[in-house]
Amino acid sequence: MVSEAPAAVTMAAQQWSVWYGTVQALKSVTLDIRSREILGVIGPANSGKTSFLRSLNRMNDMNPAFRYEGKIALDRQDIYRELDGQTVRRRVGIVFALPLPLPMSIRENILYGPRLRGERNRARLEELVERSLKAASLWEEVRDRLDSSAMKLSGGQQQRLCIARTLAMEPDVVLFDEPCSGLDPISTAKVEETMVQLKAHYTLVLVTNNTKQAARVSDRVAFFLMGELIELGSTEVMFTAPRDRRTNDYITGRFG
Amino acid sequence: MWQRWRERFIEKTIAASGMFSIIVVILIFLFLLKEGLALFRTVPMTDFLGGDRWYPISEPPRFGVLPLILGSCVVTLGAIVLAVPVSIASALFISEIAAGWAKDALKTGIELLAAIPSVVLGFLGMAVLAPWIKYLFQLPTGLTALTGSIILALMAMPTIVSITEDALAAVPRGYREAALALGATRWQMMSRVLLPAARPGILAAVMLGIGRVIGETMAVMMVTGNAAVIPRSVLQPVRTMTATIAAEMGEAVRGSDHYFALFAIGIVLFAISFLLNAAADLFLHQERH
Repeated sequence: MVSEAPAAVTMAAQQWSVWYGTVQALKSVTLDIRSREILGVIGPANSGKTSFLRSLNRMNDMNPAFRYEGKIALDRQDIYRELDGQTVRRRVGIVFALPLPLPMSIRENILYGPRLRGERNRARLEELVERSLKAASLWEEVRDRLDSSAMKLSGGQQQRLCIARTLAMEPDVVLFDEPCSGLDPISTAKVEETMVQLKAHYTLVLVTNNTKQAARVSDRVAFFLMGELIELGSTEVMFTAPRDRRTNDYITGRFG
Repeated sequence: MWQRWRERFIEKTIAASGMFSIIVVILIFLFLLKEGLALFRTVPMTDFLGGDRWYPISEPPRFGVLPLILGSCVVTLGAIVLAVPVSIASALFISEIAAGWAKDALKTGIELLAAIPSVVLGFLGMAVLAPWIKYLFQLPTGLTALTGSIILALMAMPTIVSITEDALAAVPRGYREAALALGATRWQMMSRVLLPAARPGILAAVMLGIGRVIGETMAVMMVTGNAAVIPRSVLQPVRTMTATIAAEMGEAVRGSDHYFALFAIGIVLFAISFLLNAAADLFLHQERH
């Protein structure tokens, strides 16, 4: 870790705690996310990893029982105190576990976000469709049927459409919430390949139940257990010489 | 042996109960047809459907049903125009915004509105609403199509609200999250994703609301003034098909043309209700696919 050149910090959580009603889901997590890296977040069920991810773009706001303490910053701005929810979600996109295209055409799915943002320029919108689909490695497969319903695509294609849709927002950070949990191995490989390519332009956070996936695509890995951040380190170190015994137990499959 | 016989008996009983309602509908329809079509032995169908005068007891009698059909249409249309926006807004509020006790209180309130007998609403319309309308628009009478529409809108609301709410609840939660994740505000999420996704259900709700309104008799009879003329404005008294049947059935001589004409109105009403229900079914069916 010491040998790495310090990269610009894009997001940072400081003593971040989350409650749902009386249940504490995250306990004082402090964690930096660097620019243009893939941060893998692993941990067993109820470890708080999804709560953490959803905290990063305020997707928990809709839950009336949600309560927090601490601070999460996006380029030094406090996303809970200085920015509003829409602004945060426009800058920090999320791809959900289940591919959920909206019930409209492929093109409209991509353009939904940009239109909300107020983009009206036709040429620019057309360009966004092509660029986002290319970035999500879906362009070749759908270029001839952009106006057909997105619901007709296969599961893997739908998930890449969801990635493209998120990219069309031109976010700074893209969050992935177990993006391959419903996909077959070939689609999974394509999505992983897409993520690695996206790293050139975006900062990515990947929550996954598949430790091997975290090992394949992440630069650094954070291990969560029961709402606490146990260990954070480069993927190499985490998977070969973790400092904490619990990390070692988890990645070698002794629990979880 | 005994058990198998018992099983069959129960099965058949259930099947018979199921068939019963269909048989009743068919019998009612046949009876309506038999009594209603008898009118056309003496009165041409064009005079009935196209005539603009309803003078069933003058000499010679005139059985033009057009003022009554238009009366029903004006009152119904007015009620729907008033009820639909309010109902959809309140369904949105109940399903998307209200939480906890506010949600429960609203749902109970809407259900209670459905439980008020129509005669009570008619009474309120007559005693409270009509004088207001008379005063507000400086009219000779407050018993107008508009008064009927307002009262009927209150009666259609519970149906529209609860079915719209079901349709909204059936929209996958993920659509909401996806829209919000793409930077939509709550209102943008509702207007551009939620309502379009729930549209078939909402259309069905509106159809059923219309069905409820067009068949309503007591309240409209009390507040619309019952003048059988072709309506030129919503601020003038009108008479609906239902009110005509209810008001005149007692006086019509059994077997007379007047009696048959009232049944013929029944056929028209039945046909309209049937079409509305069929349309609602079609929309609900479409939603499932």
